[in-house]
This record gives sequence, C-alpha cells and structure tokens, in this order.
Amino acid sequence: MIDIIDLHKNFGKLEVLKGISLSIEPGRTTAILGPNGSGKTTLIKCILGLVRPTSGDIRYCNVSVLDRWKYRREMGYLPQIARFPENLTVTELIRFVEDLREQQGNYQPLVHEFELDKNLHKKLRFLSGGTRQKVNLLLTFMFDSPVYILDEPTSGLDPVALLRFKELLARKKNKSRTVIFTTHIMNLVEEISDDLVFLLEGTVYFQGTCRELMSSHQEINLETAIARILSTNNYVENIKV
Amino acid sequence: MVRSRWLIIYALFFMVAGYIILYLGSDISKGIASLMNLTLILTPLMGTLFGVINFYNSREFIELLLAQPIRRKNIFLGMYLGFSISLSLAFMVGLGIPFLSYGLWYSGEIANFLSLLLAGIFLTFIFSAFAFLIAIYNENRLKGFGISILFWLIMAFAYDGIFLISLILFEDYPLEKLSIMLSSLNPIDLSRILVMLKLDLSALMGYTGAVFRKFFGTSQGIMIAYGALLVWTFIPVRWILHVSKNKDF
Repeated sequence: MIDIIDLHKNFGKLEVLKGISLSIEPGRTTAILGPNGSGKTTLIKCILGLVRPTSGDIRYCNVSVLDRWKYRREMGYLPQIARFPENLTVTELIRFVEDLREQQGNYQPLVHEFELDKNLHKKLRFLSGGTRQKVNLLLTFMFDSPVYILDEPTSGLDPVALLRFKELLARKKNKSRTVIFTTHIMNLVEEISDDLVFLLEGTVYFQGTCRELMSSHQEINLETAIARILSTNNYVENIKV
Repeated sequence: MVRSRWLIIYALFFMVAGYIILYLGSDISKGIASLMNLTLILTPLMGTLFGVINFYNSREFIELLLAQPIRRKNIFLGMYLGFSISLSLAFMVGLGIPFLSYGLWYSGEIANFLSLLLAGIFLTFIFSAFAFLIAIYNENRLKGFGISILFWLIMAFAYDGIFLISLILFEDYPLEKLSIMLSSLNPIDLSRILVMLKLDLSALMGYTGAVFRKFFGTSQGIMIAYGALLVWTFIPVRWILHVSKNKDF
C-alpha cells in the first residue's frame, strides 16, 4: 500500500535517513521503533509531504506521492506535538478541519469516549497537555481514512484514555484500516501491532513481525529484545572508538 | 482576533493623522504631500513587522494545513494574500475617511489621492512579501525580527543616505543612469517619485525625481515607476512560492 524506496534525507550536513526501503501492507498495523533521533518522525513527515526527501521515492497505491497533495485526503495524521492555532475553541477547530478536508467528521462518539464534553467550548491554549492530545486524536480519528499515521499517539494520555485509544485502534483494525505509528512503549507494540520496523541511525535495522524479532534474538519479551539490539550496537560502537 | 484589533488601531492611526494634517493645512493637495511621507515610512514598517509576527504566529496553523489535502502553493499564497489585503484595506479606510470628509470628491485631487493610496498598497504588498520570506528563512523568531527591522531601516533611511553620499562623491560624473537604477532598486524611493511626479511638486521631488522627469517625462515616468513596483511585488511572491515548495516542516 505504501512503498518507500531508498529514501534519503539530509538536514544540512546531518544525514537523518540513509536509504530506507520499506513496504507497508494494507490492513495491517505497523509500529516504527527506534531510539531518539533515529529518524522516525522524519520518515513519517516524508510520507505526508511535510518534509521533502533528498532522494528516493514514496509510493501510495503504486503512485509516487512526491509533489502530490490529493493523496493526503486518504491519510489521517496525528502529529507528535499537538500544536494548534491557540485562539480557536475545540469546536471551531473541528469545523475548520472539516472544511479543509471537505469531509464530515464523525466526532460525537469520540468526544464521549475521551470525555471531552466539557472542553469543547474552551480555547485550545487553556487545555492541558493530555487534553490536547485527546483533541489531537479526535481530529485524526473523526474521519474514516484508509490510512492512519500516528506519531507517538499515547504521549500524555491517562490510563483510561489509553484504554479507549487501544479500543479505537482495534475497531479500525477490524475495518481493515492501515495504521502506522511510532512509539517507545513496547507493551503497546506487542499488544496492537502486526508488523514492526526498527530504525537505527537512519537505516532499517529490522523489519518483520514482533515474533520474528523476539525469536531472532532468543528473547521471550520484546522489551529485552530491543534492549539487546541497542546494547550490542553500543558495544560495537565502543570497540570502534 | 489580536490581529484584527491591531488592524483597527492601524486604520485609526491613519485616520487621526489624516484629520490632523488636513485640519492644519486645509489644502488637500498639500495634505497628500505631507501624508505621503508618513505613508512611505509606515506602510513598509507595518508590512514587515506585522508580516513577520503574523507568520510566526501561524506556524502551528501552517503545520496543521500542510498535513491536509491542500496544495502547498495555495496555503502560502492564501496566507500572503489574506494578510496583505487586510493590511491594505485598513490603510485605505484609515486614509480614505478623513479625505472624503474634507471634500475629496469636489477637489479635483482624486487622481493624486489615488496614486498615494496605490503607492501605499504597493508598499504593503511588497514589504509583507519580504517579511514572509524573512520569516520562512529564519526559524529563530528573534533573528527574524532583527532582520526584518534592519531591512526596513535600510530601505526607509539608510539607503537614501548612502545614495546621497555616493551622489556627492561622484558629482563630477554623469549620474542620471546610476541614480535611476539605484532608486528603482528601492520600492520606497520609487513610490516617493511616483507620488511626486503625479503631484508635480518639483520642490519636493529631489534629484532622482527630477532626473526621472527629465529622462522619461511625467507620464512615462509614472508608468515606469508603476511597472517597477509591479516587478518588486512579483519577485518576492514568486520567491515565497519557490522557497515554501522545498521547505521542511
């Protein structure tokens, strides 16, 4: 569904993505993992056209997305840091995004689920970090898109909201929506993702299912398997030094 | 909300200034000449300063828009047009009301007044475009503000000073072509010449204005000045579209 072909991105002298090739299957949930600064967000922003790749190609349904914009109608994007125009109220923001996408958002059930009823008429600048993240989720999931791209969706959510979020994802999965998300929480990956991509310093270190990763590193738990990858990698680096 | 409040203050300022000058001078033609100086300083200042502030304040907004199915070009063009049109409207209303209430319609000065308005609108568009460019190139807000204020200072004051010094230094040489070129390189100078030629106030025209008239004659000089202003508007807008196309967010 989404094919990434030898993607490079440099920010000045800094090489963030060093030739990433991936293909993401329709109807599956893919987790993108990796330490801070490994290029997860840059990769996601490239898919959405927020960041322009230095070289390489990204294809959605076998058509290159570079310099296109209509394909974004089929993608719901949840940005990492919920930054909104500060002086709008939540309802105004919902209307605004609906107008932009020329789609009707089905937000009432989500408002209920995330207990946002009381905050609907508050201005965004007065909302707490967790509530902003809920609004962020609301704006993404009120449209029924074939693809969802989520950048650290769980940051700042309380346990109840986290539970609701997982239920929401499970529903989307049942409707065979494609989901791509980044996270640092391994339990979440084990629980909700089918496939897993592990980025390390701008390259794909591992791609496959969770089970494959665990078995290849002889671990029963994803967290320790990842920790092992990271520590052996540091070990190699230390020898080089 | 905040922006529109500032716009009203901006319009009110021009209105008050217009009333005061018309009240003191009581001659519309002279009023236009005095207000020209105010316009030439203020519209570029407001264009640059508000432009930079506006761009930095809508960064979140831009990020939200970019992830939606909208063409990049339309986002930036829409933002720029929305901003410069509303600023121009405030300027037009602010300056229009006092002149209209002092009987502009019956004075036969309408053409002159319109050329002042047009010059102010051109300057607003040109300087807001440059403000957007400065803001796009500089992620650091403080640096962006610094550069924009410096840009305005150079264009509004320093440029003329350097220009004059160079004219004095090289007075033995024929300077007509050089001075025409140099004043075409500054939209504020161009607008000044434009209004002066239109008003036909040779005393205030200065060296460049006189050269312009000698070289091109009044009507042709005005046409050329308008043409140069158009180029001045077109280039930075094209530049914005080009830069924003390749910008990462």
